[in-house]
Parts: sequence; C-alpha cells; structure tokens
Amino acid sequence: MTLAILNWLSGFTALRAFSSAMGMIAGGFLILLLLVAFFAPWITPFDVAAQNLANANAAPGWPHIMGTDEFGRDVFSRVVYGARTSLSVSATAIGISVSVGMLLGAAAGYFGGMFERIVMTVVDLTWSFPDILIALIFVAIIGPGLTSTTFAIAIAYLAQFTRLTRAQIVRLKNETFVEATINLGATPAHVVLRHLLPNALAPVIVVGMLAVGDGIVLEATLGFFGLGAQPPTPSWGAMMSSGTAQLFIAPWVIIYPGVAVAITVIAVNLFGDELVRALDIRDRVRS
Amino acid sequence: MSMLRVQGLGVSIATISPLSGVSFELERGEIIGIVGESGSGKSLTAMSVMGLLPLIGGQVDHGTIEFDGIELTSISETEYRRLRGGRIGLITQNPMTSLDPLKKIGPQVDDVSRLHLDHDKSQAKARTIELLGDLRIPEPASIYHLYPHQMSGGMKQRIVIAMALAADPDLLIADEPTTALDVTVQAQIIRLLGDLVKQRNLSLVLITHDMSVVAQTCDKVMVMYAGTAIERGRVQDIFNSPRHPYTKALIGCIPHGLSKTVRLKGIEGTVPGVAQYPSGCRFHPRCGLAEDICKQTVPVFETTGNRAAACHFALGTAQ
Amino acid sequence: MILKYSIQRLLMIIPVSLAISVVIFLIVHLLPGDPIDNLIRVGSSPEDRIALTAKYGLDRPLITQYFLWIGQIMTGDFGQAIVLRRPVADLIAQNLPYSLQLGGLAFLFSSIVGIILGVIAWASRNTWGEQLVKGFILLGSTVPGFWLALLMILLFAVNLGWFPVSGARDWTALVLPVLTIGFGGIALVARVTRVALLDVGKQDFITLLHAKGLSRTAILFKHLIPHALLPVVTILALRIGWILGGAVTVEFVFGRPGLGSLLIRALGQRDYPVVQGSLLMLALAVMIGTLIGDIAQAAMDPRIREATK
Repeated sequence: MTLAILNWLSGFTALRAFSSAMGMIAGGFLILLLLVAFFAPWITPFDVAAQNLANANAAPGWPHIMGTDEFGRDVFSRVVYGARTSLSVSATAIGISVSVGMLLGAAAGYFGGMFERIVMTVVDLTWSFPDILIALIFVAIIGPGLTSTTFAIAIAYLAQFTRLTRAQIVRLKNETFVEATINLGATPAHVVLRHLLPNALAPVIVVGMLAVGDGIVLEATLGFFGLGAQPPTPSWGAMMSSGTAQLFIAPWVIIYPGVAVAITVIAVNLFGDELVRALDIRDRVRS
Repeated sequence: MSMLRVQGLGVSIATISPLSGVSFELERGEIIGIVGESGSGKSLTAMSVMGLLPLIGGQVDHGTIEFDGIELTSISETEYRRLRGGRIGLITQNPMTSLDPLKKIGPQVDDVSRLHLDHDKSQAKARTIELLGDLRIPEPASIYHLYPHQMSGGMKQRIVIAMALAADPDLLIADEPTTALDVTVQAQIIRLLGDLVKQRNLSLVLITHDMSVVAQTCDKVMVMYAGTAIERGRVQDIFNSPRHPYTKALIGCIPHGLSKTVRLKGIEGTVPGVAQYPSGCRFHPRCGLAEDICKQTVPVFETTGNRAAACHFALGTAQ
Repeated sequence: MILKYSIQRLLMIIPVSLAISVVIFLIVHLLPGDPIDNLIRVGSSPEDRIALTAKYGLDRPLITQYFLWIGQIMTGDFGQAIVLRRPVADLIAQNLPYSLQLGGLAFLFSSIVGIILGVIAWASRNTWGEQLVKGFILLGSTVPGFWLALLMILLFAVNLGWFPVSGARDWTALVLPVLTIGFGGIALVARVTRVALLDVGKQDFITLLHAKGLSRTAILFKHLIPHALLPVVTILALRIGWILGGAVTVEFVFGRPGLGSLLIRALGQRDYPVVQGSLLMLALAVMIGTLIGDIAQAAMDPRIREATK
C-alpha cells in the first residue's frame, strides 16, 4: 500500500524538490506557515484586536513573547494573523497576474504581428519601472485597501509573466511537434491551449511561486505606506507602519513582522530554487 | 625517443571513471588517428594530454603521459602552461565557439607568440600575418582586424589552427577539427593539416569519428569504445585485417563510391553511458560474436608485433 | 560606428517618449478625486469653483489638455503645482539633485561591490566562500528595503549614534540610505555577475584560451570578466530607473527630499501637474538608463554593432 502511494507520488517530479536538505527545510517551513495561517484562531494566545492600554509597548517576555504594541495588543498574535493577510493577498495577486500574463503572453507569442508589438512595448515599459512605483500609482488611482493592494501587486508583476510566457511560446512555436500539429489541421486555439501552454507551464508556475515572495514584500511595503490593510486588520506591513512612531521605544513591534517577512521570502526563494532544480528548467526560467 | 607515449591512462571525474586503459605511442612526423563514436572517450584523451582535465573537474588517476621525455602527469601547472600553446597546440571541435567573440582575431593569435616566444606587439603581429598567409588565408593583413563573427566556419578553423601553430609546437592535438564544417571545407582542412605535418615535421593526434579520414591521412590508428582503447596498430594493417569485431564493423560503415549492390552496414545499438558500462567486454551487448566469457571477463590487450587488440575472439589470430 | 548607433538609438527615444507621455497623462486623469477640493476655500460659491477649474485648464476636453500640456513641456514649462502653488519645474529642479546624489552613489556602490562579490563567488566556487556570497545574495534580494532602513536607523543612528536619523544636511546623512539601497543592489549585481561568469566559463573558447597557455588570472580579467559584464551592464542600465524611482521607500523612511518623495506627496494630495511632471522625469531616467545600457553593450560587443548597422 505504502509502496503504491510512493509510486504514485514519484510521478510528480516537482516533489523531488523536497529531496534535498534545503528543500526539506524550506518546504517544511512553508507548509508549517500555511497551517499556522489557516489555524490562526486556535493558535493565537490573545485576541488580535483586544486593546490593553495599561500594558502598551511592553517588551517581549511572558505572556507576550513578542511584546505588545502601542495599544497593548499582543504582537505574536498579530504576526500570526498577519501571515493570513500577507499570504492570501500575495498568492491571490500572483494568481491573477500569472493567469492574465499567460493569456496575454501566449496570445502575443502565438499571433505575433502588430498585436505582439503593442503588448510587448507596454510590457517592456512597465517592466523597466520599479514594482513599488507601479503599485503605488495603481493604489493611488483606486484608493487604499486590501482589494486594491491585491490588484496593484497583480499589475506590478503582470509584465514579468507576459514576457516569460511569450518567450516560452516563441521558443516552442518553432518546434517540430507544433509544426506537425498545425500541418495536421489543428486550430490555433487547440495548438495554444493543448500544446503550447501546457509546455510553457512549468517555468511560469515556478517563477510565479518565486514571485509570491516578491508579492509579500510589496504587500508589506504598501502596508507600510498605510495603503494596504486598514486598521484594525493585522498585516505585516501595516504593523510596521504603525510601529514606526514607536521605533525608539518599542522596536519589537517592527522587528518581528519584518523577520516574519524576511524568513518567509527566503523560504519561498530557497524552495523555488529546489523546484527549478527538480524540474530541470533552469535555462527556461531565466529568459 | 617518442614524441608522445601514453601508457595505461585512466581518468576519474568525481567518483566515476570515464576513461581507462588507453595506451599509444607517436613518433615525430607521424599522424595517429583516434576513432570511436561519441562518448567513447576520445576528447577526454585529448584533455588529459593537454592537462586541461581540472577544467571539467577531472584528473588522471592511472598511467603515464610522456611528451618528448617529460612526464606530464608530474609537472607543475606553471611548467604545463609553458608547454600548452608553446610545444603542444590544440585545435578544437567547433570553430564557431572557439574564438573570443569580443576580440579581433589577429590579437587572439598574437597572444601565443607573445606568451611563448617573447615577441613584442609588432613582432607578434608580423608573425601572425605571415602565418595566416601560410595557411592560405587571402589578404591576411586585413583579415587580422576582423571579428570572429565576420568570418566563415572554415576561415575560423584556420585561425584556430594558426593559434595552435603560432609558437612552433612539436605536437598538435586536433579534436574533431572538421565535424562542425561543411563537407567541402572538411576536405580542405584535413589536407591542410596533413601538409602542415609534412612541412613542419610535426606530430599530430587526429581525433575523429570518420574512418575514411583516418584511412586517407593517418599513419597509425587507435580505436576506442566506451571509455577504453580496443585496438591499435598501423593504418594499413588495421584496414586490411581488423582484429576486433567493433573495428571491423566501423570499417564496414565507410561508404564506397556509388555501389548499389553493397548495403552500408550500421552497428546496432548505442555506446553505453559511463554509468551503464557493461561487465566484461564493454562491447559484448552489441557484438555478434559475443559468448559467455565476454560478459564475465574483461579482455586484455594482446600485442602481436606492432598491433594490439582487446578481444577474447580477436579475428585472424590462432583459429 | 558607435556614434551612428548611438544617434539611431537616441532618435528612437522620441516616439517612445510621446507614447509614455500619453500613458502618464491618462493615468493622472484616472486618479479619482478633484484637486480643486484641496484648493477651494470653505464657503466659496460655485462660480469661484468654475473659475478656479478654468484657471488650471481642467474644464477643457482631455485631448486639448494633453496637447496644451505637451506643448508647454517642450518649452520646459511643467505647469503650476496646484497644492504647493509653485512651478512644477522648480519643484523638480529642487528635488532632482537629491535623487541623483543618492541614486548615483548607490549605483556606483552596488555595481563596484556587486561585481567584486560576484567574481569572488565564482572564483571560490564549490567552497564555503561561494556559499557565503550566495547567502548574502539571498538576504539582499529578499529583505524589504524599508525594514532594513528602519533597522539601520535603530542600530547606527539611535544606538551607536554614528549617523543622523533623517534629513539631508550633509554627507553623513547619505551613508545609511546608500547602504540600504546598496544592500539590495549589491545582491542583484553579484547574482548576475556570478551566473554570467559560470555561463561564460563553460564555453569552448575558454578551453582554447587555457590551451594557449594563458594563466587563470589573465583569462579571468581579459576574457571572462568582459563577457560577464555584458548582462551586468544591461541589468544595471535597466535599474537606473529602479534606483531613482525605487528609492521612494528609502527616501520616505529617512525623510529625504527627492523625486520619489515628491511623487508620493503629490499622489496623496492629488496634485496632477506634479504627479505628471515627476512621473515624466522618472520615465525619462528609465529611458536614458536603457539607452546608456544599449550603447555600452554595443561598445563592448562587436556582434551588436554589426547587427544594427
């Protein structure tokens, strides 16, 4: 039985990312983080919103292992809840970005011509602008909040996935098997959806996974500018934003969410590297 | 004294041993052909003689390489560097990628004589231009200032040859010098190499997978298969009466004229990778004459006069 | 040949700039909220409002507004800031030097240290030296800039008191911002350099250089590094815009003036002309960066010069 399961699992090349020590640690951490985010209400020792002004800006100790903020709220509980916000916002945003980017990139790469030139000009233009600027401008247009943060992040990384998908499609388009399919009378839609996109999928998904890390940083940065999650919703960026005022008296309010961001993003990157190795797509990820 | 004498050469890269049991000898003015399919260890042999194995993370772990009386496996890197380019020239497989694309070709050739003959800039340039002329390159003085991407493959290969010759070496190693070129250019380059050996009294190790090239140009030949040498001897002897079944099969692969009656023979199967070397004789899974002993025992080189073959059923012997 | 190529590339900037100006103009007019709200005194009459709107040309059709705006820009007139009530050109002129100073220093710092680190990582491959640099690259490319800036302030400004917490009074105020941007920049440059060196090292011509008898050092400095610099230069040039505009967070945390802070403030106040002007300047910086990168590439690589003749 176990053998059958192992056999079935070995079909998933991606799982080989767990085979190295590094992949195991990083992947294990990410799974743990997802569980923590999901079970946040059962894990947190304190109510995230409960204020206790008498115990404001308390240094880390017991029972507040990460201290309290200026309203006396438990920093640990807020960091745990913040994982929910940061992970879901970033993952949703990158999900949107990957889907739209793949469609745009595939269309540009497949149809070519004027359509491709226009798409790629706009894409190259936004690509050379810092992601934070693009997100800031977008949030300025539709106003602050978690929804606009999600869309802002999606737009900031759209160019990356459009470029990547187009590069894959252009590379694949000239391969013999695609030519053969077309010669056999397949429609363009069939070729793109059944042959080109599935083949282009692996690198785009892996880069998407890596981008979730960038998305977390961008979410934190927007939150830090006060444009992301609005109080009292806890998010890593928003916590640091309100913590700036107490930087000199309660630095832990800023340090712990920052450490959470840093460790998460590092884990995402390490695991992403292992995925790239497991799927053997180093050359395709780079273009 | 031989120009080059290799005995029992073995190479290891990390934990694998992709090359073992390679021996051959080469006199001044002679050409030896090393033949075999891709992956048979021809290039590793060349890299071993050049002392360039560290570039791919390998090292010589068995045997000796003696060049003009110098034991190459025990000299220092500094001494080796003086020999490389100075007394041993290398010609690589793909001229398209063998020159630095960011630098003009002239100065790339100059490097060699400046390094090994202590030439100054203008002496080196004069020598390069003269050399390019010797190699039948038209208008060498203007060619000197071109970039690699502005030249054809055949031209580039002549530049690579010029680089190998620039310090008047005693030994040339040409690793599949024509594989990447057009058929018409291939013949020119092979003829050029043959002429150079005669004019300059050089020794040449010519690595190729083309038996007909060996037949036309070489004095001696060594046949390799799956990381080891399986037969060697003088060209006439080997072609007239090959003793190893693999050699015989290779010769059977050479096309002869426009004959319609004789079908070209291929060799069934492929060369095994380093990780899957079979036990016993490495050729036995593809060999028509194989018997049980071939699966169990590694055949030893059996030397008869000038020639040697590693086969339990060496053709044309006792039976 | 380089000159001809440069002029060609320079001319290509004109249509691209026009396209960008349209995009920027449209973005700015998509911003919600009426800037007049910020201007008008409480209790003014509707007539006052109309007069004020007309004064800033906000009552005309978009197309007319665009051509008026672009025409003015050609003459160096970026319009009048609505909230700050000063010429936008003045505001830009006031803030640009700070951005150039910070961006320029951070750029130099990142490229020099990054290339050196990349070469060290390559030269010490398969040893702990490589792991060390790889660890730094990972940290530098993942830690959020604003958080690093806050930590720097805590450590070097508050606890050690070596540098001022904020402002832009003298050179000491530049140290922490340059270090903050440099941290990420160095990681980026080191990563690209290392990967490029590994790629070039595998090529046939490197084997042949060894076969010529050249020493490892000569091969590294005369052949490997020039090749590895090609992608590094491309990335660096692309990042000129990133460094100027991306300094937003660092400028914000350190309370420094600069194009980024100007833009952030204007976005908050819905000050159209200032947003337009500063975005345009940043776009220009991005384009100039790309242009410099292309020209540098052509200067270094004969194949590119040839291809565009």
